[in-house]
Amino acid sequence: MDSGEVRTNYLNAEYGLLSWLVTRDHKRIAILYLISVTIMFAIGGLFAAAVRLELLTPRGDLLAADTYNKMFSMHGIIMVFFFLLPAIPATLGNFLIPMMIGARDLAFPRINLLSWYLYVVGALFTLYAMVTGGVDTGWTFYTPFSTSASNTNVVPTAIGIFINGFSGILTGLNFIVTIHRMRAPGLTWFRLPLFVWAHYATSLIQVLGTPVLAITLVMVALERAFHFGIFDPNYGGDPLLFQHLFWFYSHPAVYIMILPAMGVISELVTCFSRKSIFGYSFVALSSVAIAVLGFLVWAHHMFVTGMSVYAAMIFSFISFGVAIPSAVKVFNWTATLYRGSVSYSAPMLYALGFIGLFTIGGLTGLFLATLGVDVHVTDTYFVVAHFHYVMVGGTIMAYLGGLHFWWPKITGRLYPEIWARISAAIVFLGFNLTFFPQFILGYLGMPRRYHVYPDEFQVLNVLSTAGSSILGVGYLLPFVYLAWSMRYGEQASPNPWGATGLEWETPSPPPTENFEKTPVVTRPAYAYDLEEVPVG
Amino acid sequence: MASTGSVAYSHAHVHHQFDDAEQQYSAAVLGMWAFLIQEIMFFGGLFLAYAIYRSTYPEAFAHASHHLDVTLGAFNTAVLIASSLTMALAVHAAQTGHRAQLVLFLFLTLALGSTFLGVKVVEYSHKWHEGLVPGLQWRVDAPDARQQLIFFSLYFAMTGMHALHMVVGAIGLIVLLLFSLQGKYSAEYNTPVEMFGLYWHFVDIVWIFLFPLLYLFAHH
Repeated sequence: MDSGEVRTNYLNAEYGLLSWLVTRDHKRIAILYLISVTIMFAIGGLFAAAVRLELLTPRGDLLAADTYNKMFSMHGIIMVFFFLLPAIPATLGNFLIPMMIGARDLAFPRINLLSWYLYVVGALFTLYAMVTGGVDTGWTFYTPFSTSASNTNVVPTAIGIFINGFSGILTGLNFIVTIHRMRAPGLTWFRLPLFVWAHYATSLIQVLGTPVLAITLVMVALERAFHFGIFDPNYGGDPLLFQHLFWFYSHPAVYIMILPAMGVISELVTCFSRKSIFGYSFVALSSVAIAVLGFLVWAHHMFVTGMSVYAAMIFSFISFGVAIPSAVKVFNWTATLYRGSVSYSAPMLYALGFIGLFTIGGLTGLFLATLGVDVHVTDTYFVVAHFHYVMVGGTIMAYLGGLHFWWPKITGRLYPEIWARISAAIVFLGFNLTFFPQFILGYLGMPRRYHVYPDEFQVLNVLSTAGSSILGVGYLLPFVYLAWSMRYGEQASPNPWGATGLEWETPSPPPTENFEKTPVVTRPAYAYDLEEVPVG
Repeated sequence: MASTGSVAYSHAHVHHQFDDAEQQYSAAVLGMWAFLIQEIMFFGGLFLAYAIYRSTYPEAFAHASHHLDVTLGAFNTAVLIASSLTMALAVHAAQTGHRAQLVLFLFLTLALGSTFLGVKVVEYSHKWHEGLVPGLQWRVDAPDARQQLIFFSLYFAMTGMHALHMVVGAIGLIVLLLFSLQGKYSAEYNTPVEMFGLYWHFVDIVWIFLFPLLYLFAHH
């Protein structure tokens, strides 16, 4: 303030709570999302802590069976629908996509704000359901348990997820239109940052998949509230139809969670090895390939339901197929590192952690796509470990890496690098200690979703719970020092990493209009080897 | 009036994030189509359930379908097709800048849409009195009554979801009518009317599928 040259930016353009609640600026909406998903992450984390504490001992001495069922259900529902799905697209995607393509805002700023309100209303519905008794169906709402057996708050939870679904659909729609119609002059499709490609593929899934979940939840709610008979075997209905409809969305939904993370990693790996990405078009199109193939593999969640073996073989085969574009990404990131000037700033530590953990998560996915092995490990902790390696080891690592990387752009302040590196190391260690034992537990036959287990599984469960407390510290640290840096952090220059990308050509934090003058793009993305990009 | 003010007038409708009216228009069109594709997937879940259960229980579905009133269904189909015509004429009137015609055709579309909903209410109340509402009023006594319940569950879910879209459409029409009366739309700027037209035609097309699938298929 004393220097007398306080630049107008999106943060100080207007003041007061109301200016935030009616904002149409994509950057401010991203901040609103950042705050809300952080709150939901904390709530979901508390439920996870309850689960891990209960599993410290083989007997159900902390939580009754019913309470435990609610804890893991609410952990899953909050984390999947209200954290993992919106985490990267609605915060980093919202903030960065218009900036990366040289636009002043998303195509539909009012719809963007509406998305956030839908998210909040959906979250409030779900939290209301949890405060007034909770829900115990798991995040999967399998029928007929969810429609006729469970006596918990299924309908309010479903309404919350339904509303939140339209938040995601509208965000995806906004991104698709923005990426098609708002690119700066010269910014052709194959000059786009891979972050944008990844979000384009994600948006396709959101628009095509989420409505199917929405209508499925409508059917569940009608069946539960009015005793309609669509999934009810009493009337000749088929509960497996629910599973097909549910996974038709919810398998692609895991790509809604991981594709934006992959987009983040492409940005980090190139910047911190000072190299152009290896095989740009392969990485770009592998995102689209994952999105397309992702719609054709849902029944691999249902191999033990007695479905046709021929259908199962085809679903198994296509599930293996998803490994190809995923491996293209991992190999191309690794090839990008090769002979690069690699530096190990905190975002890069997260990125390298992502590559390792995602590889483990992805490869164990192949175990599960294999029909014979899947029969052995279905509904065991092997599955739990697998998807946590992808969702937590993948998505959250990338989310934190991206948050650190763009923090100077978002807030105009640098975060404390030492603390960030320490926390990245703690997250990596805590994560592996939490979830690696679960692979072994699952392989030895410990089923998921029980609050008791045989004594011989205790050592591995204690390791897992110990790891989760370390992981908790690793997540708490960034929360503290990032908040601290907003006030006390060093002022950030427009481009502290010397990164390519239009978002770095504008001041930190950016002005409301993003760019003083619409940029003209003449180079491919990641032109690190074409010329030296100056830091600052 | 139109000649002197047209340039400034059309420019005033370009939101700050767009470079020009053309970019804004093409964004609106793409956004609307993406929304309609989302709607197709939304209704698609119901159509899938219908397809599976009709192929599993063809006789029960045929018996259940005979309880529907083909005359009222056909009348409503005609009403909706007529409303699509008036909506198309409203879009044309907006694009050619005929405000009085725009108001007239929007009003006719609203009237036809309301007629459809009114007939739907009559049909629903018939079903209620005949005991054909799953869970709430279900008095079917037939060997395949259980499977008929699936048919009626889908009937109410599908036509109910369609009717909900009609109600949203009617609200949209009222808003467009008010704005048209205020003179918001002109030959230069009429995107909302055109986009709403796409929505209205989509909702009509859903009914064009629902009518034969629910009312007619047992009558061949």
